[in-house]
Amino acid sequence: MTLLSIEGLRTVFRTDQGEVTAVDGVDLSVARGKTLGIVGESGCGKSVLSLSVMRLVAPPGRIAAGRVMFDGRDLLALSAAEMRALRGNRIGMIFQEPMTSLNPVFTVGAQLSEAIRAHDRRASAAELRKRAIAALDRVRIPAAARRVDDYPHQMSGGMRQRVMIAMALACGPDLVIADEPTTALDVTVQAQILDLLRELQQQSGMAIILITHDLGVVAEMADEVAVMYAGRVVERAAGAAVFDDPQHPYTIGLLGSIPRIEERRDRLLAIEGAVPAPFALPRGCRFHPRCAFAGADCTEAQPPLLEVAPAHQAACIHAPVEAFAG
Amino acid sequence: MRAPLLEVENLSRHYAVRRGLLIPKRVGTVRAVDGVSFSLERGETLALVGESGCGKSTTARLVLRLVEPTTGTIHFQGEDITSMQGEPLRKLRRRMQIVFQDPFASLNPRMTVGAILEEPLIVHDLGDAARRRARVAELLGLVGLAPFHAQRYPHEFSGGQRQRIGIARALAVEPALIVCDEPVSALDVSIQAQVVNLLEDLQRRLGLSYLFIAHDLAVVKHVADRVAVMYLGQIVEIAPKDTLFADPRHPYTRTLLAAIPRPDPHRERNEPVAGGDVPSPMAPPDGCRFHTRCPFVVERCRREAPALLPVASGHLSACHLNDMA
Repeated sequence: MTLLSIEGLRTVFRTDQGEVTAVDGVDLSVARGKTLGIVGESGCGKSVLSLSVMRLVAPPGRIAAGRVMFDGRDLLALSAAEMRALRGNRIGMIFQEPMTSLNPVFTVGAQLSEAIRAHDRRASAAELRKRAIAALDRVRIPAAARRVDDYPHQMSGGMRQRVMIAMALACGPDLVIADEPTTALDVTVQAQILDLLRELQQQSGMAIILITHDLGVVAEMADEVAVMYAGRVVERAAGAAVFDDPQHPYTIGLLGSIPRIEERRDRLLAIEGAVPAPFALPRGCRFHPRCAFAGADCTEAQPPLLEVAPAHQAACIHAPVEAFAG
Repeated sequence: MRAPLLEVENLSRHYAVRRGLLIPKRVGTVRAVDGVSFSLERGETLALVGESGCGKSTTARLVLRLVEPTTGTIHFQGEDITSMQGEPLRKLRRRMQIVFQDPFASLNPRMTVGAILEEPLIVHDLGDAARRRARVAELLGLVGLAPFHAQRYPHEFSGGQRQRIGIARALAVEPALIVCDEPVSALDVSIQAQVVNLLEDLQRRLGLSYLFIAHDLAVVKHVADRVAVMYLGQIVEIAPKDTLFADPRHPYTRTLLAAIPRPDPHRERNEPVAGGDVPSPMAPPDGCRFHTRCPFVVERCRREAPALLPVASGHLSACHLNDMA
C-alpha cells in the first residue's frame, strides 16, 4: 500500500543568475515497510527533494508545483501548524552530520525529551526520561540509562548517529527520510547502522526514503531504486534491476565508474565531463553532453520517464539500450 | 639489489595530552603511530588503509618529515632522513610531494592556477621565468587541463578539476614519491574514476611511487600493488593486493572487507562485522588492540600483543590465530 507519493514535484531557487530549478518534475512513491533508495551525485537535487517532502525548503527556495500525498493528504496543502504536527511525529528525518545535528550544550536525553514533548505535551518529566531511555535502548546504545545524561561530545560518531536515529524514531513514525545517514561514518560503523535501520524497519513496518551517493548502500538497503541527475529522475526500478540491467546511460556510466572489490578492472570507465551547473542546463536531455550514446535527437526535448520493462522506467529516447546498440 | 625507495622502521609518533589552563599537566599520551615498519619500491603503490584515527595520515606526514617522529628511522633513496635539517631537508622536499584530500581547502583562492603551479618551481629555483611558464603549460597538459587555465582562479573549477591542479602542483618539481592522502574521497564517483585513471596514467608515464592513504578499500583494490591495514596506530596486516583481498588473515581486515557495501543486491554478507567502536588511542586495549571487537578473541589476545609475522611470502599478519592455523 502506497504511503507517500510525490507527483510532479518542482522546487526552484531564486538566484542572481535567475530562477534555478533544483528538482524538476519528480514522481516517486514508497509503500509501508519498504525502502526507496534515491541515488545521485552532488547537485542532482536529492537533498532538496527530501527537504521539499518535509516542507523545509527555505527562501529563496520554494516549491513551485506538484503534490506530495502522504497517507491520503497533500502535505503541500497543509497549514504550517498541521505540517508541524506531522514532522518529527509521523515523518522522521535523519541527517548526514551526527556532529552538527545535535546541540552540544544539552544532554542527549534532554534533546530526545524535547522531540517527544513536542508531540505529547502532557507527558511528565519522569515519563519523558523513561521514553528517552527506551528510545536509546531501541537503537542498541549500551547502558542507555547512564548514557542518557551524556553530552554529544562524550559520544563517538556512531553513537551520535544512533541518537539521531533514536530521535527520528522516538514518536513511532510511518516514514523516515534518511539523508546520507552513514556517509560521515567509518565502514564498520556504517554496517552496524544499516543493520540497525533494517531491523527497526522490520519491527515497526515504517517506510524509509534513503538518500545516498553510495551505490553499495542502496544495493544493500533498497526495495526500489531511483537514480537522479540534474534535478530529474532518469531511471527507476524495483528490486535489483537497476544493478542487473541498467537502462539509462548515466546509470550505466555510474556503475562502470566505481571500482569493485570482487572484480579486476584494468581501467575505470569514467564518465567524462562534470555535472552541469543548474543555471546552465543543456537543452534536451540533460545528460547528453556526457553521454556515449547521444545523437542529434537527444538535444531536442527532455525525454520522459517511460516503461522499458515491467516495474522499470528510464528517461532515455534510446532505451532499452540493447535494442539501440543492436 | 638496490635499496627500496622508502624504508620505514619502527616509526612512532606520540602526542602528550595536557589539561589545565595555567599550569598544564600531562595527563596521558596518544600513540597516534606506534611502531610501524614498511618499505616502498620504485614505481610501486603502497596503500595505507584503516578507519579514522588509525594513524594512516600521521604516518604519511612522518614520512614527509612534516611531523617529527618520536622513535624510528626513515630511509629515502638509501639515505637516512630521520633527523635531516636545514638545506638538505629543503632539498629533500623536492623529491617527495603530497596531494591533499580536500581540493577546496588545499589551493589558495587568491592565486591564479598558474601562480599556484609556479610556486614550487620558484621555491626550488628551477628555471627562469620563461622556462617556468612553459613548465606550467606542460603540467596543465599532463593532468588533462589546457594552458589557458593558468590565468583562472581555483573557484572557477569543479572539484575534479581542482584535484587535477593539486596533482599538477605535486608533479611540478618532478618528485620520486607522491603521498596521496585520500585524493579521491571528496569527489563524486564519476569524477573519482577520472582522477584514479589520471593517477595511474601518470605513474606509468613518469615512473612515480605512491604512498596512497585511503579508507575506501574498493579504490585501494584498484590502485595499489601492496596494502597495509592499520588499526590504532599499528599495521595489523600487510600483503600484496591480490593476496590481501583473496586471503585476508587478520580478523580486522576481514571485518573491514565484510563491512563494505557492495553495489550488488544479490550479495549476502558471509562474515560477521565487528561490533562497537574503535577504542580511544589514549587508552588502547592491552594485548592485541583489536581484541575488544574481535569475534575470534581468546584469552591470550587480552594479555599478549601479537607481533607482525610472515604467514606467506610477502604477507605479514599480527594475530595469535596465525600460530594455531
